[in-house]
Amino acid sequence: MSYLTDNREGIEYLFMGNEAIARGALEAGVNVASGYPGTPSSEIIESLAKVAKERNLYVEWSANEKVALEVAAAASFSRLRSLCAMKQVGVNVASDFLLHLGLSGTRGGMVLVTCDDPGALSSTNEGPSRHYARMFEIPLLEPGDFQEAKDMTKWAFELSEEIRNVVMVRSVTRVSHASGNVRLGALPEMEVHADFRYEASALNANEGPAESVPVGEKHRLQQEKLQKAIKLFEQSPFNTYQGPDKPELLIITSSAGNLYAREAISLVGVEDRVGLLKLGTTWPLPPTLLTKFLSKTDKIMIVEEVLPFLENNVKILAAEKARDVGMKTFYGKNEGTIPTTGELSPDIVVSALCKILKIDYREMDHEYEKVLQVTTISQVPERARTFCPGCPHRASFWSIHNALQMNNRRGFVCGDIGCYAMGRFSCGFNTTKTLHAMGSGAGLASGFGKLAQFGMDQPVLAVCGDSTFFHAALPALVNAVHHNADITLVVLDNSGTAMTGFQPHPGLSINAIGDDVPEIDIAEVCQAIGATVETRNPFDLEETQATLSQLIESRQGVKVLILRQECALSPDRRYTKQYDMQVNESLCLGEECGCNRLCTRIFQCPGLVWDKEKKKARIDEVLCVGCGVCSLICPAGAIERKEVA
Amino acid sequence: MGGVGGQGNVMASRVLSNMLVRKGFQVTIGETFGASQRGGSVMSHIRVSTRSAWSPQIPKGRADIVVALEPIEAVRILRNYGNSHVKVLANTRPIYPVGVISGELDYPSLGEIEEFVNRVSLASWFIDATGEAMKLGNPVLANIIMIGALSRIEELPLDREDFSVVIGRSLPAGKQDLNLKAFDIGSSLLSSSC
Repeated sequence: MSYLTDNREGIEYLFMGNEAIARGALEAGVNVASGYPGTPSSEIIESLAKVAKERNLYVEWSANEKVALEVAAAASFSRLRSLCAMKQVGVNVASDFLLHLGLSGTRGGMVLVTCDDPGALSSTNEGPSRHYARMFEIPLLEPGDFQEAKDMTKWAFELSEEIRNVVMVRSVTRVSHASGNVRLGALPEMEVHADFRYEASALNANEGPAESVPVGEKHRLQQEKLQKAIKLFEQSPFNTYQGPDKPELLIITSSAGNLYAREAISLVGVEDRVGLLKLGTTWPLPPTLLTKFLSKTDKIMIVEEVLPFLENNVKILAAEKARDVGMKTFYGKNEGTIPTTGELSPDIVVSALCKILKIDYREMDHEYEKVLQVTTISQVPERARTFCPGCPHRASFWSIHNALQMNNRRGFVCGDIGCYAMGRFSCGFNTTKTLHAMGSGAGLASGFGKLAQFGMDQPVLAVCGDSTFFHAALPALVNAVHHNADITLVVLDNSGTAMTGFQPHPGLSINAIGDDVPEIDIAEVCQAIGATVETRNPFDLEETQATLSQLIESRQGVKVLILRQECALSPDRRYTKQYDMQVNESLCLGEECGCNRLCTRIFQCPGLVWDKEKKKARIDEVLCVGCGVCSLICPAGAIERKEVA
Repeated sequence: MGGVGGQGNVMASRVLSNMLVRKGFQVTIGETFGASQRGGSVMSHIRVSTRSAWSPQIPKGRADIVVALEPIEAVRILRNYGNSHVKVLANTRPIYPVGVISGELDYPSLGEIEEFVNRVSLASWFIDATGEAMKLGNPVLANIIMIGALSRIEELPLDREDFSVVIGRSLPAGKQDLNLKAFDIGSSLLSSSC
């Protein structure tokens, strides 16, 4: 039995925020869960997948977030409880369906969990997802700690059934990927029977067809649901206040901002001067509750991350209730006290508090700062992100880079989302030159590949991973073939959604809950579409480069090169070495070699280091995983590989 | 607790925190592990309280103990979170950043790092956790050796029994003995150097 399904009510566990969300869904009796992997959201579906058999759930990693939301909605239409989880960018992918889902409404409780990434700690953007709740007129809940992550998720199912619409629970990296004590509730035993009723008229939201039409009627109904949510929000225990009855300054916050604000108030020692209104129900805002607290003081600070969502909504409400609450001075993003980019920290809230309350506070003791400065180490070397030792992407980009250099027509690679997004760094030899959304590499290449008519003579390549291929590259590839664009798509197939933790995808023969499923062969799909397809092992540098050069030169339509080699961290390959590696010091010519230290200055595998004393390359036996690739690049043949018996 | 992606920093911080939860504390761990496997610096902020959950980020200059699975990471952390009462436990085995491997950046000598850490902390301990872990057959066990060593600093109520229960929940039986051995090695390394 997993600790996630411990049925002892009241006992405490240290849960990651995402585990708490999963446990909340289990306590609500969730039946179906779906999602697409993406940091910081992945552990929600992973946790549910782990206990799927034990709790009789259906859990899947869908091909993309839109499909995931549709899969979850089908369960809700059939009177089951369902959860769909994704990172912030996934909501953009799912948004077309979400707009229509809000109109059609739901039946069994349905919760959409979105995990934002303020500060882009593991994303290529810090795009906010909360605005979708307002734009698509669905309720929004935001947990302010780990216990709430569980309790709120559970309640979100009840709310969804109460108002018959999807409910959005929005987390952030510092809630989802942080951990804290969580007190467990009971796990229900429920008999369910899936049944989609469609016999009644289209206006019968519970027993008619599930449709967004007739729009006028459905839209009016949807807005009534929101009004119902407001009534429940006015009484919600997830909106809490801590502080004096007449505070000098009122902080209004939600999500991780709650933890930062609480800590900042304590650090500065202003518990008797500052009130903290933590909102869990952030859209639509409960007006009576807000009116009560806005009336307490004239100075209001809104603490939230990235764009001013809460701030603007509170201001609209304050304007509407101006007669009751009086004139206010607002501190937050629009007047510049709280930054509009990046994540928050206790320190940022401390400086905001000190500025408003005119308090002197030092983060670091002055004497200590002086000691730090006089000591000998002036620079701490930065750790740039890089491909892991033995990563197939380093070998792949080496070959792509060399093939483009030899072709000598200023060719370039359109990048995509995955570990290989680092192709733009030195670890990928700065090969990729565009980077946007999932599948955008192939889409942009499709466009670049049609510009010969305007004189473009640069070879156009795109890369995508195996999971990204199914997620969003496929329509772009179809487009490129259909329009006869001259491009080469390199599929970096490392047998899993590696970046987020090896979640399965449609190209694999196993699914999220461990069942055998039919795998979809990328090469066959590409051939069926009409592309020229080759498959190589990227660790064979010579073959890979020769094939690439040939494909780039052929200048005829869409070519696909599948570079297949398992991720160095994949459960199958990890801790197994193909080669024992060694630098033969008598052959290594060091700085005299004339190769400009190709091995370490250029190739930059963390498992191969430069010995400053000996002035020779050296294998770091702790880090090297024995892929053998570096032995192929040393012009002196000094890096030797020996097959492990 | 800080280190480099791949060293098992996240796992070690969870084991440590679970040991403290068993002792009845409220614990919050804040971590970023999007970059965890890709050579980046990884840091877990562990907050331990008898009363309430603190924020997942330690305020600047407010760390009580720094555990560094990699030596230069101790320096990096102290520059932001150090203070005159901080205690430091560090592994001596460097993992070179790519900028150092390529020759663009310098990595200070272990002597320089030790001197820095000694000067800016109340107490510090350096152990070759990776070297000991390699003797056990797997360098990643350095993280458990560090937890064993930390238990001897007596700043936190960490005991072997809690460790045993916590890893018993998450590891298969075959791996538990090896981890207990690593814990004991860490613990003995510090008792001989204290």
